[in-house]
Amino acid sequence: MSLTPAEVRNVAQLARLDLTDAELTAMTRQLGSILDYVARLQQLNLDGVEPLAHALEVHNVFRDDEPAPSLPVAEALANAPDRRTRGEGEQFYAVPAVLDTEA
Amino acid sequence: MIERSASDLLASLSKGDISAEALTGQFLQAIKQREPDVRAFLHINEAGALQQARAVDAKRKRGEPIGLLAGLPVAIKDVLCIKGQPTTCGSKMLQNYRPPYDAHVIERLRGADAVLIGKTNMDEFAMGSSTENSAFQVTANPWELTRIPGGSSGGSAAAVAACEAPLSLGSDTGGSIRQPAALCGVVGLKPSYGRVSRYGLIAYASSLDQIGPFAHTVADAALLLEAIAGHDRRDSTSVDKSTPPYSKNVEEPVKPLVIGVAREYFLEGLDAEVEKAVRAALKVYEGLGAKVQEISLPHTPYAVATYYLVATAEASSNLARYDGVHYGHRTPSQPSPAAGGGQGGGRLIDMVKRSRGEGFGAEVKRRIMLGTYALSSGYKDALYVRALKVRRLIREDFDKAFGGCDVVMGPTTPTAAFKAGEKANDPLAMYLSDVYTISGNLAGIPGVSVPCGFTASGLPIGLQIQAAPFEEEKLLRVARMYERATDWHMRRPKLA
Repeated sequence: MSLTPAEVRNVAQLARLDLTDAELTAMTRQLGSILDYVARLQQLNLDGVEPLAHALEVHNVFRDDEPAPSLPVAEALANAPDRRTRGEGEQFYAVPAVLDTEA
Repeated sequence: MIERSASDLLASLSKGDISAEALTGQFLQAIKQREPDVRAFLHINEAGALQQARAVDAKRKRGEPIGLLAGLPVAIKDVLCIKGQPTTCGSKMLQNYRPPYDAHVIERLRGADAVLIGKTNMDEFAMGSSTENSAFQVTANPWELTRIPGGSSGGSAAAVAACEAPLSLGSDTGGSIRQPAALCGVVGLKPSYGRVSRYGLIAYASSLDQIGPFAHTVADAALLLEAIAGHDRRDSTSVDKSTPPYSKNVEEPVKPLVIGVAREYFLEGLDAEVEKAVRAALKVYEGLGAKVQEISLPHTPYAVATYYLVATAEASSNLARYDGVHYGHRTPSQPSPAAGGGQGGGRLIDMVKRSRGEGFGAEVKRRIMLGTYALSSGYKDALYVRALKVRRLIREDFDKAFGGCDVVMGPTTPTAAFKAGEKANDPLAMYLSDVYTISGNLAGIPGVSVPCGFTASGLPIGLQIQAAPFEEEKLLRVARMYERATDWHMRRPKLA
């Protein structure tokens, strides 16, 4: 199974990864050979086999809804690359514009 | 002193032959001497470790109750969060990250009065089999410094092998504890999925990741597992089962013992010296009265392919959290005249893409890409869902095997440690070094690698033993039987 550079670029967009042209070329080749290898799964007859997403029986685990202290805001934001403080000392994450502002 | 087992050291500590402070000092000294060669550590917690050790000594002196690991230094893979200490996951993405909380296993170690001596090197985000994917340094195999220690927990394996710490913790998603343990000549155990809480373990593939111990001996691994195992409400997949007293029961041999040997583990790709050592180990068990029988795990040839779809799919989702906003690396935005210039210019999505493009290394990007592709519209059924179906067949292979035998044995790895750089540009060849360990993660079963010999050139070889889910106790007892009959685990590499 081979991938075209355009397909790889599309996957990179879905994955939110900036790739250089050199990375794109290498990735196209490497993903192609990995996909060739995993193609061996097509040899198996899997009719009637249920997917196994988890080795354990997974079930919802509920707990009582009891209020408890949360991580203080200052600690939660301590690792943010860009954080700001507003008037009353309220802290928040700062990000670039989400939408195009040129329009 | 530093070459002794953790159990031996614990005896000396409790008799008062040595203080925890002096012992920690000796390991810190060994780290200073050996790190220029071995490079197992990313961060050495010197002041903190000595302070913890003094606190344990004071507790002992006052006659207060003390924990299971009182005064023993433990090295921690840098994938585990320690409050306020660097926790990089081997990635530039988390180079400056300081977690605001301790992982569950770290809380347990503190409760057991262990000394947290430092954080160890690893493949970035635990993706790799040689520790060469670390963004910071390449760790050497203590037995032969030009060779890799295995991975992804290569730093933790090398730290114990080099006697820089008597115990360490790693994580295992496709073999990342057992494979480096085999290549470094130490004991490494991956518990059953659900035995140890993953709270505070930086996620790679959540349905496969599990934390486990490295040690010089099986008894030491039992001790460390006992300290970290058990239910934690913050990880809903951690199982609410009581933890057996592994360290006490480990001395009890399993009799009668039926050992299954999968014929699929002895096919192409297995090095002749590794095969010879493993066959000799099986003879040792026969000498101890065990019955060795050939079994089949017919879907073994599909395990690596299955793993690389399941694990990368989960990784692509888990690593979506690194967005340059909440924590981790951020590429400064390009000034945009339309946004008034200066900081905050450019679009959010471009900042996210650039931050991830810069912050992640090549292997991490490759796996995110593969996982994203495997989950993308039009390919999900043919790739991801198909892999989950094969995962069930792999699990059923083991269920059948454990219906007729107590444990499954074979080589941990197809070859001994390879040279640094040898497989760095061939991702697929690197993936195949995990061929015997990967199916254990897919099935969720426990497995341990124990030293079982050396190649002619002096590189360690590991015997892998696997058991049914939650049968760690049996696994440890079986492994200990071999250890008592052999002395491979007594050997130490020659270092500065």
